[in-house]
Amino acid sequence: MVQLTLPKNSQLVPGTVWPKPEGTNRLTEYRIYRWNPDDGKNPHVDTYYVDRDDCGPMVLDGLIYIKNKIDPTLTFRRSCREGICGSCAMNIDGTNTLACLKSMDDVTAKSVNIYPLPHMPVVKDLVPDLTQFYAQHASVEPWLHTKTPAPEKEWPQGRQDREKLDGLYECILCACCSTSCPSYWWNGDRYLGPAALLQAYRWLIDSRDEATGERLDDLEDPFRLYRCHTIMNCAKACPKGLNPAKAIAEIKKMMVARQF
Amino acid sequence: MSGSSDFPGSSLRTVRRRVAGLGAAHSGTHHFWLQRVTALANVPLTLAFLAVLVCVAGEPPERVLATIGQPIVAIILLLAIVSITTHMRAGMQVVIEDYVHNEGAKVLALVGNTFFCAAMGCAGVFAILKISFGG
Repeated sequence: MVQLTLPKNSQLVPGTVWPKPEGTNRLTEYRIYRWNPDDGKNPHVDTYYVDRDDCGPMVLDGLIYIKNKIDPTLTFRRSCREGICGSCAMNIDGTNTLACLKSMDDVTAKSVNIYPLPHMPVVKDLVPDLTQFYAQHASVEPWLHTKTPAPEKEWPQGRQDREKLDGLYECILCACCSTSCPSYWWNGDRYLGPAALLQAYRWLIDSRDEATGERLDDLEDPFRLYRCHTIMNCAKACPKGLNPAKAIAEIKKMMVARQF
Repeated sequence: MSGSSDFPGSSLRTVRRRVAGLGAAHSGTHHFWLQRVTALANVPLTLAFLAVLVCVAGEPPERVLATIGQPIVAIILLLAIVSITTHMRAGMQVVIEDYVHNEGAKVLALVGNTFFCAAMGCAGVFAILKISFGG
């Protein structure tokens, strides 16, 4: 059956409360999941205080402040700091989102509570192992498949057909959606998850692609596709405002349409 | 492929091999469609079943049997039993596939689910037919 409790070595224990920066009253409390594979200790939650007068407004700014000024061992991914690269996806204030797009002022809890993306193996602190997530994305072969000999220039696409890709091509593969999906938690080894399926749909409806049937064949499976139970956590979590659940429903409609 | 929770890097198999598993089953759409169609059918059939129940409530046994034995009532009840037990089996199958990850237990649960729903459906159908045709 599904494992509902954490194994002993994964259970959270109290962590360090780091001293408050001096000479300021504008402090925001951060409570951050910490785990180091090398020290043999259980994961713990450390408490930090961020000086808001010395720091930008976003949750990621606070994390960078902590790493630069309080605790250089804090480990997390970040790159573009403007919602394009998808590196800083983590669970903030109970929801998967990008730390760079989440304002500290929008956090509802008293402290900014940060955990790694749920139900993924943790590499260290806030860094999850996304190897399988990327392999699932690769398995839908997210590139153009054609049988017609390639034209001399590009494959043309009409304006209306191009517009069908809006709301799909913007996905940055941050994994917020897939790791928020209970069905992906329970069956992530066989269910492709919302991110990979949104990408699959992006190629299924691309007017230039000539492998629609083969793509549907590869997805027609009780686990790969039909583990989606329209829970909608994916759409709620997506920091880019996309709706993977709708894309999956559209794939199911295509599956039914080719039966009749 | 079992519901293994190994770390992706803990095996010598490539991650793509793990993701590919045994390949696509090329089925599932029929199951999905059947579940939706029976769900749709269950709405009027369940309401009709409840209406029959309300009509015969408190009536003496012979009146109840006479009502259920009427062709139109019997057909509605038969349809309701078939649709509901079919839907019940399909829905329970999804729940089992979601949560039971031990392969042996999963197969047992799936077969048990089929047997149980078939037995319930047959018992209901037999009862209605017996009342309808007397005996």
